[in-house]
This record gives sequence, structure tokens and C-alpha cells, in this order.
Amino acid sequence: MTTPSAARLTREYPARYRLEGARCLACGEILYPRRLVCPACGAREFAVHRLSSHGVVKTFTVIHVAGSAFKHQVPYILAVVALEGGGTLTCELTDLVDQQPEIGMPVELQFRRIQEDGEAGVIAYGHKAVPR
Amino acid sequence: MRDVCIIGVGMNDWGELWDLSLRTIWTQAALAALADAGVDKVDAMTVGCMSGGLFVGQEHLGALLADELGMAGIPATRVESACASGGVALRTGFLEVASGLADVVLVTGVEKMTDCSNDEATAALATAADQEWEVFPGATFPGLYAMMARAHMAAFGTTREQMAMVAVKNHANGIHNPHAQYRRAVTVDEVLNGTMVADPLTVLSCSPITDGAAAVVLSDKETARRLAKGRPLVRIAGVGLATDRMALHNRADLTALNAVTAAAQKAYAMAGVTPEAIQVAEVHDCFTIAEIMIIEALGFVPRGQGGPATAAGETGLGGRIPVNPSGGLKSKGHPVGATGVAQAVEVTLQLRGEAGARQVAGARIGLTQNMGGTGASSVVHVLEVIP
Ligand SMILES: [Zn+2]
Repeated sequence: MTTPSAARLTREYPARYRLEGARCLACGEILYPRRLVCPACGAREFAVHRLSSHGVVKTFTVIHVAGSAFKHQVPYILAVVALEGGGTLTCELTDLVDQQPEIGMPVELQFRRIQEDGEAGVIAYGHKAVPR
Repeated sequence: MRDVCIIGVGMNDWGELWDLSLRTIWTQAALAALADAGVDKVDAMTVGCMSGGLFVGQEHLGALLADELGMAGIPATRVESACASGGVALRTGFLEVASGLADVVLVTGVEKMTDCSNDEATAALATAADQEWEVFPGATFPGLYAMMARAHMAAFGTTREQMAMVAVKNHANGIHNPHAQYRRAVTVDEVLNGTMVADPLTVLSCSPITDGAAAVVLSDKETARRLAKGRPLVRIAGVGLATDRMALHNRADLTALNAVTAAAQKAYAMAGVTPEAIQVAEVHDCFTIAEIMIIEALGFVPRGQGGPATAAGETGLGGRIPVNPSGGLKSKGHPVGATGVAQAVEVTLQLRGEAGARQVAGARIGLTQNMGGTGASSVVHVLEVIP
């Protein structure tokens, strides 16, 4: 149920693999992923915008009870990350060595394996945050 | 618009009901509400249900349940807004009576959550969040609320103990509710030392998985007067429904529930009241932090003061503004589609003075607040006793 189909993963490649979003030509809002209508101003014209891979943690949690796709990973840290130049996303925060997660922590997004196995046996990739 | 009254209420005993099916628990609640109202026919029916499809593999609940009640033929439909499905079903029924399309409407909510595995239930609930951009990278429902809790703690100094007090209070109230799933007290220590689900939320910070149904009968004021039998008349004085950005990460302020505030403002304006006028409230405490953020969003306490106000007993029975006298989602249980309707059941009982040991003395005006997802949908009703 939570494991995406191969078709869906393919649709999401630009955003998930290349951090490709959109910049609203009317108001400058950064959308991630792209969509057809700007949620800030309602405009419909956009330029492709590649998100910065640098950002900060806005909030986080340590998940101890997970859904089936993430069960083998618990406990893991989940965070909301605000990126430099605009765009926010929810992702795992990982690779912390002798360090506690904190709000305001500077992080960098890295391309990682997200889910081991989709419905069609496809491995799903995306971004995770690591301290920088 | 015509005045709309609640003329009958009912619910079944909530819990893990392995011996009963969705259609049976729903029918129990519907029959109780019809008997309470003193009617055996209705003009139309709504069913609030988040996911009959995922929990029990059954959709098309409007027709199924009308048939089950011996009422095949009436207009009947299922209403879905995740965990706010019940509250939105109530608003849908309100609109049918207010518009004059129907005189008597049966509003119901139901969820049968224990027929599937825990993993399947968790996955079904997670469909109320953004599947592609929250659940895919690893979010769970408790995880999203835990991130709201962290943000609230950082912004206002809200503590784990203050959050735990929400669970302590609601379990203390639920002891007095014969329909509640967990009729037992819990202590701050038990909440804090429970199994961690998503830090800082422990298992006792989260509402349970529940099988349950609830129903109310709505009518126009003239019909309500005819059927009142000397009981106080309860009118739906205000209705508000609002939405927010779906994904938590797309909201500018992670410590605010903007849809709750917007829905409340609509309901307050329609009822011609301010938050200070509310004497009893049933709110959506799906997680302890949720109740703290909700009482702020409803204007019961200033921004950031939800934690201290809870710890000071302001929201307890006998406090300044009693919140969740029924036990709330925490103790009464949270069969998601039924929750919003059960809130109206409780506030109606409170306004009629029929709430027994959990009665808020002299309550004449009350409020229900139900929400879906991390607050992307919220629906508020203001109920009042009328002469
Ligand atoms: Zn724009």
C-alpha cells in the first residue's frame, strides 16, 4: 500500500532524483515538486528550479514504530528540512555520529535508497539529509 | 437557512469488537439515535467513514447501511474527509435540513479498524497524509504530530509533562463514560514512561485503534419542538469547515492549526458568539499535542499557552473551559469516521444535562472540533440550548 508502483516512481524521477522543482514566475514561490497552480498566488507559469541541497532542520522526531516499508530501519530520525533559496521537504535525517538532532541544524541532502522494495520489485531512491 | 436541531443521539460501546461487523455496530448506533429521537423514518442519511475500503474491503456504505436499517430507497451517501469524516457528515446533514431539502436526516459515523492487521491499519491511516511526499520518505501519523510537538516545544517551551496532562485528564473523564474504550485512569509517569512511538509521543500520548459507530438525528425546529418531550432543544447554531496545506512541511508555521482557527471563526460568526461563550468542548485529541494546539487555535487560551493551561487544570471537569468530558479520542477511542459524530452526541448530552458523572454543570452552549490528517481539514460546530 505504501510501496509505490514502477509507473509512479518513473513519474516522480525529476523531483526525487534531480531535486527538480519549480519557481513561480509571478510571485517567486518555490514549489517542490512542481504542480500546475501556484499555491501562493494562483499563477500557472513556472520556470524549472533545481533545489539547493543545503538547508536546516525545521523540526524532527525519532520514529520507533514504523509502517511496514520502514520497519527494519527503526529507530530513525524524520525531519522537515527548509532549503536555502526556498523549498521544504520531509525526509530522513541520517549519518549522525555522536550528535543529537536539533532544530536549526545545518544539513545537506544526499541521494540515497529510500525503500528496499516496491510492488514491482523496484528499489525506490530519493534524498536523505545528513549533517554538514 | 432554517434552524437545525439535534433531536436524537446514540452510539455503541466502543472497543475492539471482534465479534461484531461494521454493519452491526453501525446499526446499533443508528437504532439508538432513532429511538432517542422518537422517529422511525428519516428523509435522508449520511455516513462519515474514512476508509471502509482499506479497513474492511467495503465501499458504497450509503446504500449498504440504508439497506441494513430497512430503509433502502432513501437518499444515502458516504462522506469522507479522513478523520474529520464524521464532522463533515454532520455538516452535510445540517445543510440538507437547513436548505429545506429534508426535514429529518440521520447523520452517522463508523469505522471498523480491528478486522485488519496493525500494519494494514497503520497504512490505511497514513493515507490521510500526503502519500507521495510525506509517507514515501518515512512519515507515520504519530511521527508527523511528534514533529508538530517538537516545533511547539521549541517555540513556546511546552513540556512533555504538560502534554501528558492531556492524557491524564481525558482518561480521568472517560472513566465516567459507559461507551468509552479505555475506562481507566493513567498517571503522568505512565504516559511519559510508556513505549516510545515517535519522540516525544509515547503509546499513551496516542489515541487507540477502535471499532465504533455514532449517530445523531437532525430535524427542522418545528419537528424538533413536536418531538422534544419536555427535553431541552439543542440547535446547531454555527458550522465551519476549512482546509490547510495538506503536507505539514508546506505550512509556514508548524505550531499553528490554521484550518481549526478558520473553521472556528466561521462557526463562531454564524452562531454570533466568541470563544469565551463556550462552556464545554469536545475536541480532536488524536495525540496529546493536538489538544494543546487545538485549544489555542479555538481561542480558548492564548497562543503558546495550551500546555500551561492544561497543567493548571483549566480544561478539566470543573475548570474554566472543560474540554473532552467524554474522555476524548484518547480514552473513549478513535474509530476515525465515527469520532466527529460522537463529539456531537456528547455535547448534546451535556446541553440536555444528561451526561451523568461527567456533566459540566449548567452548560448551555458547547462546541465540537474534528479534524483530518495533520489538520488539513477541520470542522467545527457550535451547539446551543434554545427556548
Ligand atoms: Zn505564485
